[in-house]
Amino acid sequence: MRASVVVFPGSNCDRDIARTLAAVTGRPTTMVWHADTDLPDSDLIVLPGGFSYGDYLRSGAMAAHSPVVRAVAERAKAGVAVLGVCNGFQVLTEAGLLPGALMRNASLKYVCRDVSLSVERNDTPFTRAYAPNESLTIPIAHKDGCYFADEDTLDRIEGDGRVAFRYSGDNPNGSRRNIAGVYSENLRVLGLMPHPERMADPALGGTDGEKLFRSLFAAFNG
Amino acid sequence: MKARIKVTLKNGVLDPQGKAIANALDSLGFAGVEDVRQGKYIEVTLAETDPAKARAEVERMCRELLSNPVMENFHFEMEGA
Repeated sequence: MRASVVVFPGSNCDRDIARTLAAVTGRPTTMVWHADTDLPDSDLIVLPGGFSYGDYLRSGAMAAHSPVVRAVAERAKAGVAVLGVCNGFQVLTEAGLLPGALMRNASLKYVCRDVSLSVERNDTPFTRAYAPNESLTIPIAHKDGCYFADEDTLDRIEGDGRVAFRYSGDNPNGSRRNIAGVYSENLRVLGLMPHPERMADPALGGTDGEKLFRSLFAAFNG
Repeated sequence: MKARIKVTLKNGVLDPQGKAIANALDSLGFAGVEDVRQGKYIEVTLAETDPAKARAEVERMCRELLSNPVMENFHFEMEGA
């Protein structure tokens, strides 16, 4: 599997993801600077966590209109898998590649701790290594993670099986219907607020997040 | 020509910052504050001198970047038009 990680000014989880991907795939991860417009051939493109462009205006808004994200959108349309974690999720919603928006946490506080998640379906390229309805422990670290969409949109994405993960313990940020991650219509684009790369090595306290990267590896090398 | 743009949350969208401001006003002794909704104010200065063209341009800016239509509304006035 050939994986690329986009690096924006202000990204700060890019190396964590690159390291996890390299460990899972056994080959180096390609880093793509935000000013580049020709993306390398990739099976997976990752938009990492952080504070792209300082999160000015709205979290992810500036990055969503950068040339590299326009190129990512083209690849996504062609069926390339795209993963957005935390700020990457915010970028994908701002770019219109995923429905909804991520607003200020209901508590108004930055929340950084482990949360419980449920895997809503395990038949996508991102989740095939998980058991049905598997319960996961993965950390979150964000202030703008309250998932919002109008009721019609929520009904539609739930009906289409596009909810990827839900908070199964307490809802840490006020997200509608406890949604922690959503898919695109073709299930090839995933955005989620929790950080799977921060639970991808026994030294980090567990490997619940690593399975997401193992799923992708299996999907593209199976 | 200058555009004075206000970006506000749509009705029904939870505004925890507005609520926190309302609570702070209450604790300062301002009685009778029923609700607070907060938003953004943006000024854009344009080289365009044709008012119709300038308005159309600002409208597009608001749709494409300055507001997020999922949760926000925008409203603007032109100065010097």
